[in-house]
Amino acid sequence: MLLRRLGEMVFVMAGISVLVFLIFFATPGADPAARIAGRNASPDVLAAVRHDFGFDQPLWVQYLLLMKRLFVTGDLTSFVNRGQKVIPSILQAVPVTLSLLIGAAVLWVAVSVAIGVTAALTRGTIVDRALMILGLVGVSMPVFWVGEVANLITQSRYHDSWFFSWVPALGYVPLTQDPVGWFKALVIPWVTLAILYIGLYGRVLRASLIEAYHEDFIRTARAKGLGEGRVLVRHALRTSLVTFVSLFGLDFGALVGGGTLLTEIVFGLQGVGFLTFNALQNLDLPVIMATVMYASFFVVASNAVVDLLYAALDPRVRLARA
Amino acid sequence: MPEAADEPLLRVEDLCVSFRSERGLLRAVDRLSFTVAPGEILAVVGESGSGKSLTSLAVMGLIDDPNAVLTGSIRYRGRELVGLPRRELRKVRGDEIAMIFQDPMSAMTPVYTIGWQIAEQVQAHSRLTRRQARARAVDLLGEMGMPNPAIQVDRYPHQLSGGMRQRAMIAMALSCNPSLLIADEPTTALDVTVQAQILRLVEQLRRDHGSSIVFITHDMGVVAEIADRVMVMYAGKVVERGPKPDLFATPGHPYTVGLLDSIPPMAGAKPRRLPAIPGAPPSPADRPDGCPFGPRCAHRHDSCRVDPPLYRRGRQDVSCTLVPEGADA
Repeated sequence: MLLRRLGEMVFVMAGISVLVFLIFFATPGADPAARIAGRNASPDVLAAVRHDFGFDQPLWVQYLLLMKRLFVTGDLTSFVNRGQKVIPSILQAVPVTLSLLIGAAVLWVAVSVAIGVTAALTRGTIVDRALMILGLVGVSMPVFWVGEVANLITQSRYHDSWFFSWVPALGYVPLTQDPVGWFKALVIPWVTLAILYIGLYGRVLRASLIEAYHEDFIRTARAKGLGEGRVLVRHALRTSLVTFVSLFGLDFGALVGGGTLLTEIVFGLQGVGFLTFNALQNLDLPVIMATVMYASFFVVASNAVVDLLYAALDPRVRLARA
Repeated sequence: MPEAADEPLLRVEDLCVSFRSERGLLRAVDRLSFTVAPGEILAVVGESGSGKSLTSLAVMGLIDDPNAVLTGSIRYRGRELVGLPRRELRKVRGDEIAMIFQDPMSAMTPVYTIGWQIAEQVQAHSRLTRRQARARAVDLLGEMGMPNPAIQVDRYPHQLSGGMRQRAMIAMALSCNPSLLIADEPTTALDVTVQAQILRLVEQLRRDHGSSIVFITHDMGVVAEIADRVMVMYAGKVVERGPKPDLFATPGHPYTVGLLDSIPPMAGAKPRRLPAIPGAPPSPADRPDGCPFGPRCAHRHDSCRVDPPLYRRGRQDVSCTLVPEGADA
């Protein structure tokens, strides 16, 4: 089953690469060489691009050539940013995005589980309602706005107060260089990115917990004489986990693939989203192409991981496939 | 029938279960009293909505609707269960009073093996290790007549057939040797042959462990097979109760008569259609004044405007105004 899923994954990824290639290279009515070379390129550059990407050859050769440069030699270069190697710059950006995302994910999973469980257990009371309104507020606040406000408070307005004086200047500090600095630099971006998902996941978990509590097996668990804590964790929460985990996998994949763009820009973190943003501004086609492919690959990969987790969490799925 | 000479195992007195609603307090179970003697099988019969399941949940302390109001007394071995702190109640639940539910598929947690679920209950009430609890689960499944219990123990509920699932459910309920087993329509979701096997299992259980069993059903055929005593419920009340032979031979309440008429006859000409009781049981929201069965009763007369008490007739109790007259004759 694992092998089959991997095979499917590779197949889908190949399909995506063909699609992306066609969109960039074979859209009628536009000269891909001119777009790759960028605005106001000289005829010399244009000629170099044509030769470089094999535009004088059939389409399938062009495709293979591009794939070779993306995955085998890894020497795809940007023309707008003269000589910038595309693959290394993506590889450099990935740790930044992952640092931001993993920290935020830990935060949002922990807090949303706490909120979801508390709200489900206090259902109908003022606590439940307050938490759900807070969650809605969290979902409604745009990330870039939260980020800017956070910056305004911690970087300028109150930076000199005792409370925020520890906040370093915007930017990324590699974990291997300075773990404490890494943490300080990322705490506020983590919170900013997590707020939306805390609200979302808290609400989803509350709903599926309440649904689980209506199930007959919860009544059975109580009839067995189990404690409420065990009923909650082992029976209600455990069966609600399937929804939660699949949602998490999909969101995580989309975020690694560039969904953290807004947070990265607001906090000056040079991650994949930042890279994509710059490339878009300069119409830097090779970089855009590479990041689009990278993003879609992550979505596909996280989908596959979700499927595997699904099977691990729910025996009904596992055995139906076997 | 074992006469309740000594203290009954379970004594329920004036049990009322009501629900707060927009139309005021709706009484779903109305001043219900009954006893269960040690080693006795009591069948509780009634249509859906008669309050029989609710009664069993009340005994287990499992009514968790925040709008439910429960009054009266439920004594188990002389100990009051109503108002018992949760911790204390938990020790009784599953250990001394266990319950089997109607649909074992939805009543078992789908993500755990049946062995895990049985072991969980065993460990909740004893100091056995995980390994010992598992061994106990295998033994129990074997006792329940499950083939290859050592293999089945690692199966998930959805992998078993309905009958095997119900066996697993019963094994779980029996894992701590309860003195009282409440079975809430355990055979309704099963086909007839499996139903017969499960009934045999329940009888065997009483024989081997001396447990008392409250068997909730709407199937008079099942009652005829296993019950010692029968309690017929209608609209949250007892309308008739008594030892099975008496009740089957001389049913006193028109409702009981109606239920008995709906059993297909074993001998003689088969009727083209089984007689049915016209109408439907009233919902708690619009119960009639007087006798709750009045609107559906063929023998209705003036004195039915007052809700009849339980009249004694031989060894039966019947809540019908026809009884005092008939008893004299």
